[in-house]
Amino acid sequence: MLAVDGVSKRFGGLMAVDGATLALQPGGIVGLIGPNGAGKTTLFSMISGFVAPTDGRIRFEGTDITAEEPHRRAERGIGRTFQIVQPFAGLTVCENIAVGAYLRHAKRADATAKARDVARRVGLGSELDRPAGGLTVAGRKRLELARALATEPKLLLLDEVLAGLNPSEIRDIIPVIRGIRDEGVTILMIEHVMQAVMNLCERVYVLAQGRMIAEGPPAVVCADTRVIEAYLGHGAAARLKAEGAVHG
Amino acid sequence: MTARDLIPIAVLTVLAALLPLVVTSSLVLNFLVFMLIVALGAQGWNILGGFGGQFSFGHAAFFGTGAYVTAILQLRYGVNAWAGLVLAVAAGAAVGWVIGFLSFRSRLRGSYFALVTLAFAEVFRIIANAASFTGGAAGLLIKLDVRAANLQFDDRAVFYWLVLAFVVSVLLLTRWIQRSRFGAQLVAVRENEDAAKALGVNALTVKLRAIALSGGVTALSGCLYAQYFLYIDANIAYGSWISVELLLAPIIGGVGTVFGPVVGALTLHGLGEVAKQFAGRIPGIDLIVFGGVLVLAVAFARGGILGLLERLRDRGRGMVTRGPKEVSHAGR
Amino acid sequence: MYSPQIILEAALNGLMTGAVYALIALGLTLIYGVLHIINFAHGALLTCAMFAVWVAWAWLGMDPYLAILPLVPLMFVLGYGLQRFVIGPASHGDDGNILLVTLGLSIVLENVLLAVFQSDTRTLDTDYSFQVVALGPLLLSYPRLIGLGVAVVVTGLLWLVLNRTDTGKAIRAVAKEKLGANLVGIDVPHVYAVTFGLGCACLAVAAGLLMPTFYVNPRIGGAFVLVAFTVVVLGGMGSLPGALLGGLFIGVVESLCGLFLGDSLGQIGIFLIFIAVLLVRPTGLFGAKA
Repeated sequence: MLAVDGVSKRFGGLMAVDGATLALQPGGIVGLIGPNGAGKTTLFSMISGFVAPTDGRIRFEGTDITAEEPHRRAERGIGRTFQIVQPFAGLTVCENIAVGAYLRHAKRADATAKARDVARRVGLGSELDRPAGGLTVAGRKRLELARALATEPKLLLLDEVLAGLNPSEIRDIIPVIRGIRDEGVTILMIEHVMQAVMNLCERVYVLAQGRMIAEGPPAVVCADTRVIEAYLGHGAAARLKAEGAVHG
Repeated sequence: MTARDLIPIAVLTVLAALLPLVVTSSLVLNFLVFMLIVALGAQGWNILGGFGGQFSFGHAAFFGTGAYVTAILQLRYGVNAWAGLVLAVAAGAAVGWVIGFLSFRSRLRGSYFALVTLAFAEVFRIIANAASFTGGAAGLLIKLDVRAANLQFDDRAVFYWLVLAFVVSVLLLTRWIQRSRFGAQLVAVRENEDAAKALGVNALTVKLRAIALSGGVTALSGCLYAQYFLYIDANIAYGSWISVELLLAPIIGGVGTVFGPVVGALTLHGLGEVAKQFAGRIPGIDLIVFGGVLVLAVAFARGGILGLLERLRDRGRGMVTRGPKEVSHAGR
Repeated sequence: MYSPQIILEAALNGLMTGAVYALIALGLTLIYGVLHIINFAHGALLTCAMFAVWVAWAWLGMDPYLAILPLVPLMFVLGYGLQRFVIGPASHGDDGNILLVTLGLSIVLENVLLAVFQSDTRTLDTDYSFQVVALGPLLLSYPRLIGLGVAVVVTGLLWLVLNRTDTGKAIRAVAKEKLGANLVGIDVPHVYAVTFGLGCACLAVAAGLLMPTFYVNPRIGGAFVLVAFTVVVLGGMGSLPGALLGGLFIGVVESLCGLFLGDSLGQIGIFLIFIAVLLVRPTGLFGAKA
């Protein structure tokens, strides 16, 4: 459903993303991992339309959307969350989510009903009338998720929704993400919490220094020499292997 | 909109409409009409500045356009004053849309948007002051011809009711905005434009609608000003004084609220009159008060008078609910 | 058509007026560069300084150029106090609030001046007010020539203060990285207030240079503040050399527009440039803020 084809982004002299290619089939959860500064968020921003690629094409359900505005992509069914949460601080939780719900429901009553429904699904049912600015970090992450969900996306881009959460909060939110997938929403998630990636993703892409270096099931990719070296530095894979041999 | 939304507006309308039956002093009526005209223009500012978060420092551009379009259509083309009123609103909306298109396209916001609107208003003022079409520095005098068809009335109370009717209409309009998809999207853009875009909000369109509406409403107040005082010049219609008045009222009253602009206009001009009573000899005393109130409002009353009242009410409620709890604690 | 000599003379006159614009803009751009705020009260503060020069002349018989000397520290203190005790605390660090607070201040200042001095326009005359200097076939106003010289010197001095003194280093540190400066022990509110004070001190110099050939009334600041904004935006927000060049350029534009369009339309060129710069090069000028 999503085809990212040789997409690049240059910021001045820095090649943030360099010819990245990625293809998603409908359904399922796919991970996008990579060391810090690999260009993951930039790639997300290009898929959701906030950053224009210097080079390459992006297609969604067969249509070229490379030059489309973010709101048009949201209408097509691409939802996203932000790594740094961006709540509408002055509005209540319910009003926040309703902004997303208004995309498919013009009437206030419908949009509010949809917002309440989504809030319950992500576990914000009891916080509906609180100002969004007063939520905890975990609450804000859920709000990000809820707002994006309220737009009824076909493809959901999750940018580190688990970062900053403690283990029990992560445990709580993982079933929520799985529930979203089970309803038929395709999910592409940037994640650093490897336990969650292993747990949730059927497939992962690995981005390092702007390039896609590996792709496949998480267990396979994590054993990949290039991936280990990307994370731990040149020669790390060989050292690990050597240590493994000694201990084995 | 539910009945509960409309009750405060209805109550206020009835009370305000009864006022001329009690107050017969033409001086007081004059004050009330002027105050309502400012309130109306401020309501226009509030749609863009309050709900949309785009602070304009140049709403004189719309006020003046409304005033000049009304006057010029009548004087030069013999257009009926009521038709002139409609066209003035349309012209204000159009000017708003164009200024908005240019500024929002260039992603101007915050201080830069404030500055660019200020500059637009100044350009209009200089042109109106120099062109012969607009009467130049001498200004334009609308011929006194008291007939309802000319939007002129021999009874001040009638004009008062007319302006009041417009103010109430805009109260309803803003209440509708508050409860509508458009309003939700506008506030979302104010709070966080990127997040709004990610949720499918076309930020540019939403802001353009807001500035066109805002310009139309403020042009209406300019048109009514011209019809009431029957004289305008560039420094009145496009002067920075009106830009300042129109932004002061909502900020003092409660920015982004339905009643804020009206409450603010009433408070400011009420205070201004009081100051004049005490120190009438000192020129500009009312403006000294305005400026001081603005600084104090920003420093101590974010959300303006209505915000302050709400906080007081919440505190009052807090005490009520806390009371019994403390008792139950003591009982345990 | 106008003879080249008239045009050249107008351009040179504009250049000299522009020098004073540059001084006014210098204060504004300095404040913007460090505090990242737009000081709407800048025009009203200039009016205060101009009245101070006039008072010194009318009541104490002081020469306007001489009046600059005591006025510079006075304006510095005024600016310091305003930022430290009014603008800073009242605005809670929010950009929109700062805009409103400085707007409120400008309304108060202007109308206090109106209450004290009434709305009359006042001038002062010195024996050099109308002196001219002959430069080949061109006649140049002597006080304006002085204005040009002083403006360039003051820009240089300010640059030296910022680049060669400890205070200047602290100011630049705060401008670049407020949080970091705070962490290494720089008193940020103090530096803000010093910067604001320096900006106001520039106005003292500008006022002293303006008064021999210009007039003052309580509303005069408004005319200058928009010009100063234009200069600042044109020269690049926060750039001192930009302010100097921008000021000179705007002075020439205004003078030539006045020549060709007449006085009443003369200023329109400035505003059109202002709007155009804001609309066309917003990212180039302040993209970093977004």
